[in-house]
Amino acid sequence: MTTTPIVDPTQDDGIVAPRRSGLPFDGVLLLAVLGICAASLITLHGAGVGVSPNYYVERQGVYFGVGLLLAAILARIDYSRLRELKYGLYGVLIVTIVLVSALGSVARGSRRAIALPFFSFQASELGKVLLILALSAFVVDRIRRIEDRDTTARVMLAALVPAALVMAQPDLGSALVYVVAVLAILFVAGASWRHFAGLFALGAVAIALVLVVAPAAGVHVLHSYQTDRLTAFLHPTDNPAKQGYQQNQSKIAIGAGQKTGRGNQATQTKLDFLPEHHTDFIFAVVGERYGFVGAALVLSLYALMIWRALRILTLAKNLFGALVAGGIVAMLMFQVFVNVGMTIGIAPITGIPLPLMSYGGSSVITTLLAFGLLQSIYAQGRAAAALKGRVLTY
Amino acid sequence: MGYYQPEDRRPPTTPQLALRVAVLGFVALALFAIIFFRLWYLQVLAGDQYLAQANQNRVRNERIAAPRGDIVDRNGRPIVTSRLANVVQINPRSLSQVERDAAAKWGHDAGVLAKRWTATHGARFRAKHAPPLPVYPAMPAALAARFAAVGRVVGMRATTIQKAVVRSLATLPYGAITLRIDVPRTMLDYLQERKAQYPGVLPDTIFLRDYPETTLAAQLLGNVGEVSKQQLAQPGFKGVKGGTIVGKDGIELSYDRYLRGRDGAKRLQVDAAGNFIGELSRARRNPIAGHNIKLSLDLGLQKAGQQALQLGIQAANSNGHPARAGGFVAMNPADGEVYAMGSVPSFDPTEFTKPISVSRYKVLNSQASGAPLFNRAVLGEYPTGSTFKPFTALAAMESGNATPNTTFDDTGCIKIGGFDRCNAGHFANGSVNMISALKVSSDVYFYELGLKTNSAHTETIQSMARSLGLGRPTGIDLPVDSFGNVPDWRWRQRIGNKEAACRRKLHIPLSATIYQAAAQGCGISDMRPWSEGDNVNLAVGQGDLQATPLQMAVAYSAIAEDGRVPRPHLGLEVDDSANRLIQKITPGAARRIHLDPTARQTVLEGLHEAASAPGGTSTAVWSGGTAPWPQARLPVYGKTGTAQTYDHGVEYDQSWYVCWIRDLAKPSDPGLVIAVTVEKGGFGAEAAAPAARYIASKWFHIKPEFVAGTSQTR
Repeated sequence: MTTTPIVDPTQDDGIVAPRRSGLPFDGVLLLAVLGICAASLITLHGAGVGVSPNYYVERQGVYFGVGLLLAAILARIDYSRLRELKYGLYGVLIVTIVLVSALGSVARGSRRAIALPFFSFQASELGKVLLILALSAFVVDRIRRIEDRDTTARVMLAALVPAALVMAQPDLGSALVYVVAVLAILFVAGASWRHFAGLFALGAVAIALVLVVAPAAGVHVLHSYQTDRLTAFLHPTDNPAKQGYQQNQSKIAIGAGQKTGRGNQATQTKLDFLPEHHTDFIFAVVGERYGFVGAALVLSLYALMIWRALRILTLAKNLFGALVAGGIVAMLMFQVFVNVGMTIGIAPITGIPLPLMSYGGSSVITTLLAFGLLQSIYAQGRAAAALKGRVLTY
Repeated sequence: MGYYQPEDRRPPTTPQLALRVAVLGFVALALFAIIFFRLWYLQVLAGDQYLAQANQNRVRNERIAAPRGDIVDRNGRPIVTSRLANVVQINPRSLSQVERDAAAKWGHDAGVLAKRWTATHGARFRAKHAPPLPVYPAMPAALAARFAAVGRVVGMRATTIQKAVVRSLATLPYGAITLRIDVPRTMLDYLQERKAQYPGVLPDTIFLRDYPETTLAAQLLGNVGEVSKQQLAQPGFKGVKGGTIVGKDGIELSYDRYLRGRDGAKRLQVDAAGNFIGELSRARRNPIAGHNIKLSLDLGLQKAGQQALQLGIQAANSNGHPARAGGFVAMNPADGEVYAMGSVPSFDPTEFTKPISVSRYKVLNSQASGAPLFNRAVLGEYPTGSTFKPFTALAAMESGNATPNTTFDDTGCIKIGGFDRCNAGHFANGSVNMISALKVSSDVYFYELGLKTNSAHTETIQSMARSLGLGRPTGIDLPVDSFGNVPDWRWRQRIGNKEAACRRKLHIPLSATIYQAAAQGCGISDMRPWSEGDNVNLAVGQGDLQATPLQMAVAYSAIAEDGRVPRPHLGLEVDDSANRLIQKITPGAARRIHLDPTARQTVLEGLHEAASAPGGTSTAVWSGGTAPWPQARLPVYGKTGTAQTYDHGVEYDQSWYVCWIRDLAKPSDPGLVIAVTVEKGGFGAEAAAPAARYIASKWFHIKPEFVAGTSQTR
């Protein structure tokens, strides 16, 4: 080269400048997400039940399309702007949950969703992302008093209100996700260890009250089926026809898959012994049809996703981004572990879907929105790092 | 842009944040590690076991019932066969969990109630009453409508169906609930074509026992049913699976292991709701049909026997006796083959192929209807009257207490122990010896023999009677058998001790009379020792003697066969379904006893004269009618009997006749032994003896005639 052109300062070192059309994105994370989406479609196709063989595959495909589109839009927006909408987000969260509880259709004994023309909207799912955003914003506002007990208490209270509302629907699983997400936000924000110790102690007392003391006193906070499901995994063979049935069938399905899976001989799925095999127990279908190899592959994709999300946490340009990423990491991790744990008999049945794998529009779109947020945090963090030390013109 | 808030500056990655991110990462790692190890365990280490469970899940073994073998008579004519019948069932899986839970609770409550009931009521009360049942669970409107719809087709009320469903679910939670057995094919077709309208209704076929001869030999055949827990514990039912249809009684039980065959099995693939997906045809095992059992019965003779008994009862009724029941046996004296054996009134065993109502069952067992289920030929224990006299005669002669020529002057009565004992009607026979005493059935003569053979510890007549087969089971190939009773001094002592114990327990003074004791719950015996009167009673077949028609037939056979006591039996052969011989059924060996030839000859002579000589008790029966019995070709050795029985304190005469008929044209033929008894039928010559002639006519191909005799002797 004989001439040295005027170099755009935002383009050197291969770091992509914050250009409207060229924001960076985490390709590995995208790969993991697309891989899980593909696995979901393949598994749903293999499970092949429903009105027509590809009924669930087609609809799930549409959900992926819509979700990825929304994620792409979100990835291009600076997530930081969502911080000023915190009251609005929190308001939407509460209002939608209340609306669903009041107007929603009852499915299997719980009122969780409003039937829309194309899909039934499950407010508690979308609420997961809304809550993470709103509470992260609250925590950022009080970051100087993060060591105060008052801060922890207020943030916890702000999370427990929607958690209690969804628990009343009843949707215990989502309520647990809310609590875990907010704990993670507080944890990343730097709340005192002593607060966590206190919270765990309180939690233990609450569980003891709900499961042991209150029933003994004649007050039933949880429905008896919930208690049964929560505790059935501790003694699955007690009553194989009832609470333990689903978990037993799920374990049988996964175990029967052995190393390489049963493919089309997967009778547990085909003959309906495995309940809810396109939603909550889809991991058991993976285990039966594709064996240890398939299950390990899917788990690896989740591990990849969580690793990238943790990495994005550290790359965030501001505290808000780090907290949102922390909340999302916790949400994903908790859902994956509890759902998979449920199918292999080491966690209770709580009705928590496997993110992106389980069939269901609300869950898929919510998870993809979270993915969009992660990409946005990544892009903004990268862009900010690229501009570090430079004169910024705000 | 231009968005800025001082609190939201990116803090430099503090050590604290680094630590916390590391903690999050470590937690994630730990959780994934747990999941991986668990998956490794489930899929790789324990995979085989779970695969087996998955296969077990989807495969249902279904029994294919083997058709049961037929029961045929000695000529191959069917007595019991099997036929396919249509049944309407309800699939238990078509009922909601709520219903099943309610049924399970009902079953549990029923168990609790029954336990409490057993604890609070005595055995006597329990024998008469059924345990209480809990209230049936309420029926939701939807279920009531569903049951009502099915009920309109099968002809049952919705509540009746619900009760059947609850009872079935309570006992067999996963078994199909049978609503109706043996419905027309068209009903099944109708239900099948409208599956959506009648959800959960299952059509099926089962084998039912069929009885082409209806009431013939009904008491011998027995019935079939699902194998019981007690049966499964018995060696004869080794290898039988629960739910198999087996014999419950009679021949069906005695020869069950030949009749039942082996059930087959099919392996069906089902889905989680129990819906049939397909059959795993390679795993099918076809059922093996049961073998036929050929009985020694001759249906023609059996029919004649039941007719003869009916005629006997009619004759007794026209003579003013309230007879309504009786029993008979016709057998080969040499090998014990029973040619005919029956009890009237009879019943149609078809009734027991379907659920029978409690009230109907009670009727079949009631005294008022003559207890048709009771097999009087094998189980009816009665005093035998004068048909016992030949045994007394044999005993007296063998023991040296009498000779054929021992003569007594029969004046019509004899005083024993201060009481006059007399012939029927105080008839004086004059001077009688052993033969003429048998011929005219002189009671006084045998009272004398009774006196002569009696001592404090006498066993003279008793041991003869026992060796001939009385007082012991005959060993017939039926699940039931009778001992009867031959009274002696030991027996007196035994029941005396029993009575004393009973009175001590109930605090009844030992001095009370037997009637007082009976009123208070004892009264088995008056506790007196063995007396002369006892032996005298026994000598004429009265008093405490109890014997069945079959025992009498066996005893006469032993006399006919010169001391060979046959073991009566009904089973002849095990045949395949085309009636080809597979195996002969060999009865147990006959028992041999020694009979003094002179004594036997004397008794036979007396018996023959009784049936043929002028003045013989049954001579009129055999010589009467349009054509007299051909005594020259077919000599009859027969004895009438008239036993006094008591029913509710009223005395009745029970009509007896036992005889042996030889066929001189066939020297090798052992002939036929017939024993007939008619309860409350009057004198032996009035009802039983004519019935015996009727049966014999059929066997020896002589025009059957029912000729009532006139002899009024016991």
